[in-house]
Amino acid sequence: MRRISLLLLLALAFPALAAGAARDTKLALVAYSTPKDAYGQLIPAFQKTRAGQGVSFSQSYGASGDQSRAVAAGLPADVVALSLAPDLSSLVQKHLVAQSWNKDKYHGIVTRSVVVFVVRDGNPKHIKTWTDLVKPGVGIVTPNPFTSGGARWNIMAAYGGALRAGKTPRQAQSYLAQLWKHVVASPASAREGLQTFLAGRGDVFLAYENEAIFAQKHGQPVQFVTPKATILIENPIAVTSSSQHKQQAQAFIDFLRTKPAQRIFAENGYRPIVTGVTQGLNFPVRPQLFTIKYVGGWPSVEKKFFDPRGGVMAKIIGANGG
Amino acid sequence: MIGRYAVRFAALGYLTALLALPVGYVFWRTFRHGFWPAWHAVTTPEALHALKVTLILAGIAVPANTIFGVLAGLAIVRYRFPGAGVFNAVVDLPLALSPVVVGLALLLLYGRGGWLGGHHVVFALPGMVLATMFVSLPFVVREVVPVLREVGTEQEQAAATLGANAWQTFRRVTWPAIRWAIAYGVVLTTARALGEFGAVSVVSGRLEGQTESLTLYVQDRYQAFDDVGAYAAAVVLALIAVTTLILMTALKPKEETR
Amino acid sequence: MAARAEPLPARFQAAPALAVGLSTLYLSVVVLLPLAAVAWHAHGWGAITSPEAVAALKLTLSLSLVVAVINAVAGTAIAWTLVRDRFFGQSFVNALVDLPFALPTIVAGLVLLTLYRDLAFTRWGVLAALLFVTLPFVVRTVQPMLLELDIEMEDAAASLGASRVATFRRIILPNILPAILSGVALAFARAIGEFGAVVLISGNLPFKTEVLSVYVFGRIESGDPGGAAAASVATLGISFAVLLAIGGLRRLVTRHDR
Repeated sequence: MRRISLLLLLALAFPALAAGAARDTKLALVAYSTPKDAYGQLIPAFQKTRAGQGVSFSQSYGASGDQSRAVAAGLPADVVALSLAPDLSSLVQKHLVAQSWNKDKYHGIVTRSVVVFVVRDGNPKHIKTWTDLVKPGVGIVTPNPFTSGGARWNIMAAYGGALRAGKTPRQAQSYLAQLWKHVVASPASAREGLQTFLAGRGDVFLAYENEAIFAQKHGQPVQFVTPKATILIENPIAVTSSSQHKQQAQAFIDFLRTKPAQRIFAENGYRPIVTGVTQGLNFPVRPQLFTIKYVGGWPSVEKKFFDPRGGVMAKIIGANGG
Repeated sequence: MIGRYAVRFAALGYLTALLALPVGYVFWRTFRHGFWPAWHAVTTPEALHALKVTLILAGIAVPANTIFGVLAGLAIVRYRFPGAGVFNAVVDLPLALSPVVVGLALLLLYGRGGWLGGHHVVFALPGMVLATMFVSLPFVVREVVPVLREVGTEQEQAAATLGANAWQTFRRVTWPAIRWAIAYGVVLTTARALGEFGAVSVVSGRLEGQTESLTLYVQDRYQAFDDVGAYAAAVVLALIAVTTLILMTALKPKEETR
Repeated sequence: MAARAEPLPARFQAAPALAVGLSTLYLSVVVLLPLAAVAWHAHGWGAITSPEAVAALKLTLSLSLVVAVINAVAGTAIAWTLVRDRFFGQSFVNALVDLPFALPTIVAGLVLLTLYRDLAFTRWGVLAALLFVTLPFVVRTVQPMLLELDIEMEDAAASLGASRVATFRRIILPNILPAILSGVALAFARAIGEFGAVVLISGNLPFKTEVLSVYVFGRIESGDPGGAAAASVATLGISFAVLLAIGGLRRLVTRHDR
């Protein structure tokens, strides 16, 4: 009798043990700061799918550049989701991400956004274009591009906006110098920048659309204008080469590109990379939208503009004493 | 006569504007919409994890530094050894250092590429524990040393001549003399450990549920525009601080009070 | 009776070796080893000569000095009120003075920011945060001194016709000046390294409100730990120099006829 009950117990226990072994997977997601809310919804959604059954997550959010450097310094990660491609490329150089990370159909991107102008209620200074930013008396708040990787999108948006307006590259560069003269505050991160602006400094804050929407969702009195010429921000994502669960990590990334997941991103203010998920949401298409390729692509832009020793921005910021 | 009231008014005014009003205002803001919204804000899984992390950090750092504090106190005062002066100065170092430097030191030592690198110390709990131990190190020592000096060795020597060994002497003679100093030191150590921010900020990695302490959580909520969450967590920390204050006042060495 | 450290009888010899050995080991692992890593890795002196670093240095030094002076005055006034005055709620106020020791620095910054919104992102905000965390130092060094001071000395001076102000200036001040300077040194050292209280309220605007600890933090986060280490070593050097100066000043004003 006892032997039979023991066998029965084992028989019942076996599937439980097997399922437990399958439940073993824990993925470490290291991401930049703004998609925290979105991933809070996306992870449970993933866990409801077949591929996501029994997968648990540890999550870490912080400034994109900081997170990239943290992973390089040893922060464990299976999936890395950052704000801009250079932060991911630096991990490629350290052999933490495969070189082929952006060779798929989506070029390694998971969400998009655009650069916008956050203005005061009613837009009293009528700031609508890049030229308006350098009108006399306009104070600009933008994060420091040397501490905030994401702030580089702002600079390249301004540069590209000047090119679109018909300027030559040299004129566009001197436009950047003019722009920087109007900067009244350049805090270390985008989030701090928004807080600085909301605390009353400056007339306009250069931000990403999804940051502005995030602030609005959280009750902040934020109003923004999307200029006609603006850059398409593309946020990359990749599996790390040190991951012990590459298959599940890739399954998670694949999930993030499905329509339901992209809908969740869209509801959180991100522009999706697939079509058909933006009903009821407002993502105006700008006639003079351009990508980073229009201004030279990240590798050449990083060197030319953001080299701390001789890049265009280093010279401009240095000349202004900050 | 006016002088006395003027000084009193100025002093109390300064304290009110700088301390009492801001702290009181945060309490008011937190509970403005009632108790339950604040309660919910502070019992989210993330907040509870953060509280757990903070308690673990203190739970390891405080006993470790207490034992160290007693041993070091005895070493400095009772047992002459070469370098005691340097030892004493090093013990005081954590009080003079910026917490960011402490975090940097741990990062350089235990991070990838560091001397003792590559063993999941930084960006994990062990790193945060070490940071907390570092910053809260001096307090028990500094309380025990003056008491040991004051008490003198007569009774200990008497006990030795009566045949007591080291442990018995400690338990029967030394301990009763220093236990209130230790208690006061423990309270200060705990307060410091619970409140640590700068050093853990550098070594943490902000892994939710794992390496986010309650102090880091306050900053995180504030930066996510979640005022309610930030204030609620701040209030929890403030309440712990008030408890600490009460204990400090009760246990304080007598020569500092009236 | 204050006893010298007297060597204990032979049967105790194992105990001292153990206490000294264990505590030295602990101290080395927790404090010395990490700090050695900072000293070793300090390179990239560009980090301390860049315009941003120099601005942070100037701001931090000047604010810390201002804080030290304000504390010297306010701290003495508060200590006076706690010792020489009598009013309802005095022991509550006495306990309140320790609040900055007990409250986590991030909470301190948050409470100031909440009440004094307009201080955000300004140097005044940084000043307020530093004043908050350094409040207890001068008060607690001056208080016991005032308690000890012979009140008969003051009465004697008064009976000889000296005004209260003259009594303060001629009799009390010279006696408490060393204590004030000790407190000032502690406050200064604390202010230079403060991070948590400042990080929210200042907005960390480079060249405007960025203090040294935040600058070092920025260097770490920018993947330049060598530069951060260099900046830390430089900061420590400067604080050490200032503290030596204050210590020298203190020795100068200490009356040797006591």
